Amino acid sequence: MSDLHLGQHISRQFNEELEDVRSKVLHMGGIVEEQLANALRVLVNDESELARIVIDADAIVNSLEVEIDEECTRIVARRQPAATDLRLVMTVSKTINELERIGDEAKRVAKMSRKDMDGVLQDDVRVELAHMGELVREMLRQVLDAFARTDVDTAVLVVKADAKVDKRYKKIIKQLIDRMRDEPDAVPAVMKIMWAVRSLERLGDRCQNIAEHIIYMVLGTDIRHIKLDDVLAEIEAQSELE
Amino acid sequence: MTQKNKIQAGAVQRVPNLHPTAVTINDLDLYYGKTQALQQINLNIPASQVTAFIGPSGCGKSTLLRCFNRLNDLIDSCRINGEILLDGRDIYAENIDVAELRREVGIVFQKPNPFPKSIYENVAYGLRIQGINKRRQLDESVEWALKGAALWDEVKNRLNESAFSLSGGQQQRLVIARAIAVQPKFILLDEPCSALDPISTLKVEELISELKSQYTIIMVTHNMQQAARVSDYTAFMYMGELIEFGTTDQVFTNPRLKKTEEYITGRYG
Repeated sequence: MSDLHLGQHISRQFNEELEDVRSKVLHMGGIVEEQLANALRVLVNDESELARIVIDADAIVNSLEVEIDEECTRIVARRQPAATDLRLVMTVSKTINELERIGDEAKRVAKMSRKDMDGVLQDDVRVELAHMGELVREMLRQVLDAFARTDVDTAVLVVKADAKVDKRYKKIIKQLIDRMRDEPDAVPAVMKIMWAVRSLERLGDRCQNIAEHIIYMVLGTDIRHIKLDDVLAEIEAQSELE
Repeated sequence: MTQKNKIQAGAVQRVPNLHPTAVTINDLDLYYGKTQALQQINLNIPASQVTAFIGPSGCGKSTLLRCFNRLNDLIDSCRINGEILLDGRDIYAENIDVAELRREVGIVFQKPNPFPKSIYENVAYGLRIQGINKRRQLDESVEWALKGAALWDEVKNRLNESAFSLSGGQQQRLVIARAIAVQPKFILLDEPCSALDPISTLKVEELISELKSQYTIIMVTHNMQQAARVSDYTAFMYMGELIEFGTTDQVFTNPRLKKTEEYITGRYG
């Protein structure tokens, strides 16, 4: 875990501005986390009454994205941030975009699975979905934690976790395809589940993206589009430098 | 861009301020002999805020600043039309006591100009001129002003040393302390940081943002980034005209005129 020393600028106002965007990101993250938790309950437990809550939260998330982005623009224009400050502002700007999309995916999960689901989900699929949902939720929780504590190790865990999500995703897709083959009448309903699962998988990808942004923020190394092993070697090299 | 061209310069000079007005400038023209240095300036400067004048050399920003404490009076060939109201008072009216005006409107210049006296006497200077000589009162005021200028902790044990023993950044804060010791209402800053290193500059800038709750601050700066960092309002001047005036957020993220945009993005000037 490292410290960005946000409170040490000569300009007190600059300290406050950076702290403010940082805490707003965490606030936004909290809302998105709740959206995802509720969306999973709609999908896995058939608690369709929660779908409305997920959908309504979208407007708050959207307006927070705009608000934080404006604040980032203002900070760049007025404070000319450099080094860690600059990376923080860039990371915030990218992270809120990912969070907003995570909110959208959660909304899609809730929408897709809110009605006509009686009997569509067989127990084996339901169990797999619950597992996958739990994995994704954990990724989101961890990545927000990594952001709050500027913790590279936790961010790396999130990057690694995405492979597990992808594995579950493939398994569930296979189950759903089998189901459609066996029972053509169920195709429309199963397709909806398919979309929801697809959204969950995308959600994991977006958590991974945020994790990569955090690693960039802390270490200054861009690890996007690099193989995981190379990423770990890179991080190792960086921490030896410090 | 075409849309930006359509807005006339005059249209953006008086934006509705979110703060009460401290200085009103109406149809101000200023001439040095036959040369017109300021043309038809119309502007409302908000109270208890920092307003920055930016623009290329020779655009008239320092000239305009020096109108506010009538420093231009010292130049024989200087002639003014129009009016400048400070807190509603026409400062070019006949009954204005210029010495009193300058007490209310402190000014700090580009190069720190402490007097060849001790640190203490530099700050006490303006008070002594006002006839204040009681030691306790002076002590209190000097401490208050040095604290206000964020210099007290650095000089409290060496108040009797020469002001020239201070670093450039400290000297500039000393000059600011001297300016606020007489409790002015306005502080004019003419390129206050151009002779300072970046860290001293940040300290003076931080001081400026702290002082604005008590004073209306008007500053001239060549350094656009400085205007972006410290000011609440920004006025862009060019060739003696006020081109654009607005909140600093607006001017630096979305200027309304093409000329302003070109200047602040370094495409011209």
